[in-house]
Amino acid sequence: MMSFLSSSDFWFLVGTSLAKTIFLIFLVVLPMVSYTVYAERRVSAAMQDRSGPNRVGFPISLLGFKKDFSPFLGGLGQPVADAVKFLLKEDFVPGHVNKPYFWLAPCLAMIPSIVVLAAIPFGSTFLGVDMVVANLNVGILYIFAISSVGVYGIVLAGWSSNSKYPFLGGIRSTSQMISYELGLGFSAVPVLLIAGSTSLTKITQYQVDHGWLLLPFTAGMPGLREILLWIPVVIAFVTFTICMFAETNRLPFDLPESETELVAGYHTEYSSMKFALFFLGEYTAMIAGSSLIVVLFLGGWNFPFIPDGSAGWFWGLVNISVFFGKVAVLLFFFIWVRWTLPRFRYDQLMKLGWLYIFEIALVNVFLTAGILAFTK
Amino acid sequence: MAYVVPRPNLTWKEKMYLPSIVAGLMVTIKHLKNMLSGKTKVLMQYPEEKWDAHMPEHYRGAPTLVKDTKDRERCVACQLCEFICPPRAITIVPEEIPGDSKWAKVEKRPLKFDIDMIRCIYCGMCEEVCPEQAIFLRKDYAITGITRAEMVHDKKKLYELGGVFDGLVQKWNPLK
Amino acid sequence: MSTATEVQMLNVQIDGVWLQFPKGTRVIEACKQAAKFIPHYCYHEKLTSPGNCRMCLVEMGMPKMTPDRKPVIGADGKPEIGWIPRPQISCAQDVAEGMGIRTSSPMVEECRKGVMEFLLINHPLDCPICDQAGECKLQEYSVEVGQGESRFLDHKVKKPKNVELGPRVTLDAERCILCTRCIRFMKEVAKDDCIGIVERGSYNSIACHPDKPLVSNYSLNTVDICPVGALTSTDFRFKMRVWFLKEAKTIDVNCGTGANITIGSRENVIYRITPRDNDDVNGCWLPDSHRLNFKYVGDERRLKAPMVKGEPVEWRTAIAIAAEMLKAHSTASTALIASARATNEELWLTRRLIDELEIDKQHDVIPRIGEPDGMLVAADRNPNTTGAKLLDLCTNRPGYRLKKIADGVRNGSIKALVCLGEDATKAGLTEDDLKKLDALIVMDILPNKTTAHATVLLPASAWCEKRGSMINVKGRLQRLNKAVNAPGQARDDWEILRDLIQAVSGSNGLYLIEDVFKQMAAKVKEFANLSLSKIGDLGVQLLDEKKEEEAAK
Repeated sequence: MMSFLSSSDFWFLVGTSLAKTIFLIFLVVLPMVSYTVYAERRVSAAMQDRSGPNRVGFPISLLGFKKDFSPFLGGLGQPVADAVKFLLKEDFVPGHVNKPYFWLAPCLAMIPSIVVLAAIPFGSTFLGVDMVVANLNVGILYIFAISSVGVYGIVLAGWSSNSKYPFLGGIRSTSQMISYELGLGFSAVPVLLIAGSTSLTKITQYQVDHGWLLLPFTAGMPGLREILLWIPVVIAFVTFTICMFAETNRLPFDLPESETELVAGYHTEYSSMKFALFFLGEYTAMIAGSSLIVVLFLGGWNFPFIPDGSAGWFWGLVNISVFFGKVAVLLFFFIWVRWTLPRFRYDQLMKLGWLYIFEIALVNVFLTAGILAFTK
Repeated sequence: MAYVVPRPNLTWKEKMYLPSIVAGLMVTIKHLKNMLSGKTKVLMQYPEEKWDAHMPEHYRGAPTLVKDTKDRERCVACQLCEFICPPRAITIVPEEIPGDSKWAKVEKRPLKFDIDMIRCIYCGMCEEVCPEQAIFLRKDYAITGITRAEMVHDKKKLYELGGVFDGLVQKWNPLK
Repeated sequence: MSTATEVQMLNVQIDGVWLQFPKGTRVIEACKQAAKFIPHYCYHEKLTSPGNCRMCLVEMGMPKMTPDRKPVIGADGKPEIGWIPRPQISCAQDVAEGMGIRTSSPMVEECRKGVMEFLLINHPLDCPICDQAGECKLQEYSVEVGQGESRFLDHKVKKPKNVELGPRVTLDAERCILCTRCIRFMKEVAKDDCIGIVERGSYNSIACHPDKPLVSNYSLNTVDICPVGALTSTDFRFKMRVWFLKEAKTIDVNCGTGANITIGSRENVIYRITPRDNDDVNGCWLPDSHRLNFKYVGDERRLKAPMVKGEPVEWRTAIAIAAEMLKAHSTASTALIASARATNEELWLTRRLIDELEIDKQHDVIPRIGEPDGMLVAADRNPNTTGAKLLDLCTNRPGYRLKKIADGVRNGSIKALVCLGEDATKAGLTEDDLKKLDALIVMDILPNKTTAHATVLLPASAWCEKRGSMINVKGRLQRLNKAVNAPGQARDDWEILRDLIQAVSGSNGLYLIEDVFKQMAAKVKEFANLSLSKIGDLGVQLLDEKKEEEAAK
């Protein structure tokens, strides 16, 4: 053990992991979060025949340039301005809150969604290094385990705020997230059965070899087995996506927040950066969820006729871009759904989770197992 | 008495809701497409484009006080506007007009007349209620300031904005 | 109340309904009792009826008579009424047997409309300026029975405006409708006949006798009874519109009469005080001196923070230090001066404090005796001397023990003095005497010679800032109500006393003024079965009126 700790392999592992983490978190995910918020505002605006934030550019004239820089659609500086505003706003803590938990809650909302990203293979290889921060053989279990911690952030926020609306938001989110976690888990089981592994890297590799689970023809003409399996996969994909909406508290499942009923739900009493953490946590969870869907159903970093990273560093980068491209499409879908559907009523939400999604996912597991046994 | 709302009987297709969800998604994406392709044009880019030239006659901007053509304050500090003001933006302190003044016969005028433009909701109730036709909502709408104190329009500022007003308002004029 | 001779009841038909009224009831009063309101200006129930405003016109009728002077009985078994063809004023006529009255016939309504039009001919219609606007009978009846437009095209008669009738009353003759209520009030009630009508015809106007200005101490009552804005209070003139005023029903504390009043305040500022009808106490009148004596409540110098030796401290600290000082002194070296201006609840708690400190006959109240005016100003200028006597804060001769206390302070046998709402220098002590004391605990609302030397100073609430009850010189228990909030950190007197008792002896579980009254009612037999809410707005007679009057002499 000691020899491993002092070996160059160890330092290589530490170095590459650090580099990957920094790249993933600071260069990809966080900017992606900011611009998802921006996209959310622009897309929703366009869907409602408005124009959205289109003014804030980059004030480079302050640095001596002749004109401010406001490229493309305009408003690209908005996320930066928002971040600055969040940092500079008064961090107001109401007198009636339970202070330690009140401080802990925003961290618990943000951290799990970031930690989840560690197990996601976001690319093939780059210069011979696997593009996954932690290549766990129980990757999907790890992700479910960690993401269920996320509920604590919301519950604690609701409880520690010590006021009416956050409390209601907290209660709603507890039952909602627990209910839909079951459906989420069961929806993923068919994928694990098909790929025969809980390692996300292996699941991706299976899809590279046999075609994306949702689009089996990406690896040439699919056989009978793939075509038969496509039925339970589509069902699993639909239920998994619905559950993912519920888990990330996105509309139509945003009952914990539900502005029209609960002011701002669990984060009513929060302001400034603590509020921003909830906000970022929600969008990071969206990205993590989308990544998971991409890995499980949409072939991960794979794209037909594009070689993997072993063909050169350029193709490694392309694979990474493909992965995040797919994630971006899913994020757009998230936004699109949000600005189309109204919110569920609470009993409808519970009914959908327990009477439909759960049952469908359960039957789907047996259907998959049957097909697998039949076509073996 | 309880009233039972009849629920429509849905077919199994409708019960799945998926077709209507897809239809809804199509609606929103159509709007997005039209917006991106520039087909929809509904907005006015405010600081560059302004509506000032097309301001309708009935536009309700900032409330102001007016004087008549003989330079008399029309306001007699009856405080009806203060009473009616829904957000309580108006504060009036009345005073007696001193005997040696030209308008001593009027007896009463406002010593202080403050309208807090942070509170004002431009509803026009003050103009409606004024028995002396002393307060009018003019067309200024961009009332801004750096401090709260700056946003309180005092008597001087209100007369400055209001200026001179002659004759009856149309709504009181029986001949019109 | 039973009288020796039975009052004869008369049958009267009002708007088709037969009712009974005692003989001597005025028609307008009978209609009022029958819930048929008749608009009127000159008529006032406490004054004579000149019948000059013509606003109370109704249709009247007397029973039809057969040639042998027997009433004609109609199909319904009641006498048939022969209606008088012209309308009659209802304020100058007593009811008679078999009389018929119509208060809302087309003719009556037409008459009212006509009278309103005449009354408004020379009225300036300056409601936006007029102080009466909002409680003006001209406005009210114009809306109810008048018409919307004026048909009068001539120039209106100009009359004197802004005339000083007296030091406290301003006249605007243009607004006057010449109802003569003020003239009759000064003549009949205030017994100071100084106002009259001068000039002729439409130039008629109210004026004061040139050598006899309106200086009566009851002059502001003319402003109250003036149905229009002709007479206005110089003090209240142009200060505040009446519709902003929040009204609190309470009682006056300037003398032992305890006149019922209404305080009009807005946003914690008192603007005026008006009398409140209570025929058992003050009728509907109030002396000017009492009415205008409220300015000190909003004084800038009001005590706002508790102090220990001139340094502002927190309430908790001040109470604790006061309690410690009191406990450190023996009962013989402690004295207490209470106030007969305090409410019963406060006096009860003071009594308890005295018991806790075991002060023995070294406590008293400061008496205030003035000249009675034979009307509403009583000789006793303390509002609650009766309560102080009842709760044993003083002997039957208030102020009897003050000399003993003053001597004790002077010769050094008294080392600790508690002054609750009173200035010790008015009890025969000098400021030098006060300097000798180890502990001087003062609770008051305004700075005075005693507060200047206080070791512990506790800012309290003025009479209009608290609730409670008082007993007037005639033994009537009446209620004080809160009109405005106390300034700064000043607290309710009873809360301060409760905290002081608590700090001296331990917990006592009083959280509401109602609890204090309950505790008092349980211990003092006179208050048994009463509560603050049972006192009501008009008060209850607690002690025998005659006995109290004799005791006061």
